[in-house]
Amino acid sequence: MSERGVKISVRDLHKSFGPKKVLAGLNLDVGAGESLVVIGGSGTGKSVLIKCIIGLLTPDSGSIKIDGEETVGISRNAREHVLSKFGMLFQGSALFDSLPVWQNVAFGLIQGRGMESKQAKKIAIETLASVGLGPEVGELWPAELSGGMQKRVALARAIAARPEIIFFDEPTTGLDPIMGDVINGLIVNCVRKLGATALSITHDMASTRKIADRVAMIHEGRIIWDGPVSSLENSGNAYVDQFIHGKAEGPIKMAVRH
Amino acid sequence: MNFVAAIGRVFLSFLEATGRLSLFTGAAVSYCVVPPFYPRLILRQMVDIGYYSLPVVGLTAIFTGMVLALQSYTGFSRFEAESAIATVVVLSMTRELGPVLAGLMVAGRIGAAMAAEIGTMRVTEQIDALTTLSTNPLKYLVAPRLIAGLTMLPLLVLVADVIGVFGGFVVSTYKLGFNPAAYLKNTFDYLENIDVISGLVKAAVFGFIVALMGCYSGYNSRGGAQGVGAATTTAVVSASVLILCFNYIITELFFSR
Repeated sequence: MSERGVKISVRDLHKSFGPKKVLAGLNLDVGAGESLVVIGGSGTGKSVLIKCIIGLLTPDSGSIKIDGEETVGISRNAREHVLSKFGMLFQGSALFDSLPVWQNVAFGLIQGRGMESKQAKKIAIETLASVGLGPEVGELWPAELSGGMQKRVALARAIAARPEIIFFDEPTTGLDPIMGDVINGLIVNCVRKLGATALSITHDMASTRKIADRVAMIHEGRIIWDGPVSSLENSGNAYVDQFIHGKAEGPIKMAVRH
Repeated sequence: MNFVAAIGRVFLSFLEATGRLSLFTGAAVSYCVVPPFYPRLILRQMVDIGYYSLPVVGLTAIFTGMVLALQSYTGFSRFEAESAIATVVVLSMTRELGPVLAGLMVAGRIGAAMAAEIGTMRVTEQIDALTTLSTNPLKYLVAPRLIAGLTMLPLLVLVADVIGVFGGFVVSTYKLGFNPAAYLKNTFDYLENIDVISGLVKAAVFGFIVALMGCYSGYNSRGGAQGVGAATTTAVVSASVLILCFNYIITELFFSR
């Protein structure tokens, strides 16, 4: 990948929590307009990786560049400018319970960009429509929605401000397979429509196959394999084979106490 | 040796906690004076703290004033100083009991609610979501609560003072047979501005403490429902203890000779 086409560049990233090393010299590039899915078991550092990139966690060392600009150690104001490029779909949707749905979707436009409420509501209703939800849903409260609808609203909130980069944290967790497929389809459509760069983390292989252009596997805090989604089945990597086929036997040892 | 090390560890963790709280306070206070402000959120918190706390603070104040009059009467009648009851009630309410009891009641009602709300937002990643939507959580969540706590508790205490004095008046005149006009005269004759002002200053400090500890405990909660529960307890206990500590410090500043 040429330096010019790289949207996100992570180099030698380290992050520990007390004695536990979560990221141990991780390197990763995500190209502009590319949809990269990072796969890996629970506790391997997937969520920590995206939280470091977006600035919710501060790495111990290493470099993270967005559009070629270093973001590790930047000031709060500079961080807020960088964050305006991002949208994020959280694992548990993370909708604000104290606001109706349309205000959740319009939040980034009103608070982040200072848009007038009336105009922001119009965009919120249009964005809700793009994820298959009618305008009446905009007046409901998050607690009144099913899990699948909450995910759609969270997706609408993530894309409402038309971000350049969208992160998806376990987008299909807790959904039935059919609703999971619907959400995956919406993610693909929204990312294509916006021309955004997407970085997703998941251990749902159906989701990976549907939304990824390229896949990277994280294990013990490092990327141990990456390649196009088409080569996932014949990666030649024993870790990847074990993971994608969900086998208990293989080089990945799960910490199970008998 | 292990015992000394254990004391050292406790002391270091105390210093660490104090440092964290100081940094949090400094950052939160600085966001109270730097735009953008959130007037709607401030107003909502003011209504929550001021208006919805009125019944509980009012009830506390009226019964405190009533019992104060009754207790003073039974005590003071032993040396025929019943005429001092009105003064004792008004000074106790304005200087001490009004601000302290209102502070403690608001700590239980509002401090706990703030810790639970912000703690739930923390463990459900809503605070992270705020950050990703280019909104500073300290500015959006903490600053409005601090401003509302600081401004509304003095108003609540003013109301509590009036209700408490009224409680004492009711017991003194209807139960103990005092002359209403003489009771009111005694109430206002010995009341000075500094008595009320010191109570209001205390109230402002207590309001700030309640909001700060509620926000701090919630903001730093971890680990799901149990963590939110622990944060709520911490908010109420720490705010209550700090209210009592600062009550002494402010009294010392105003009245020590």
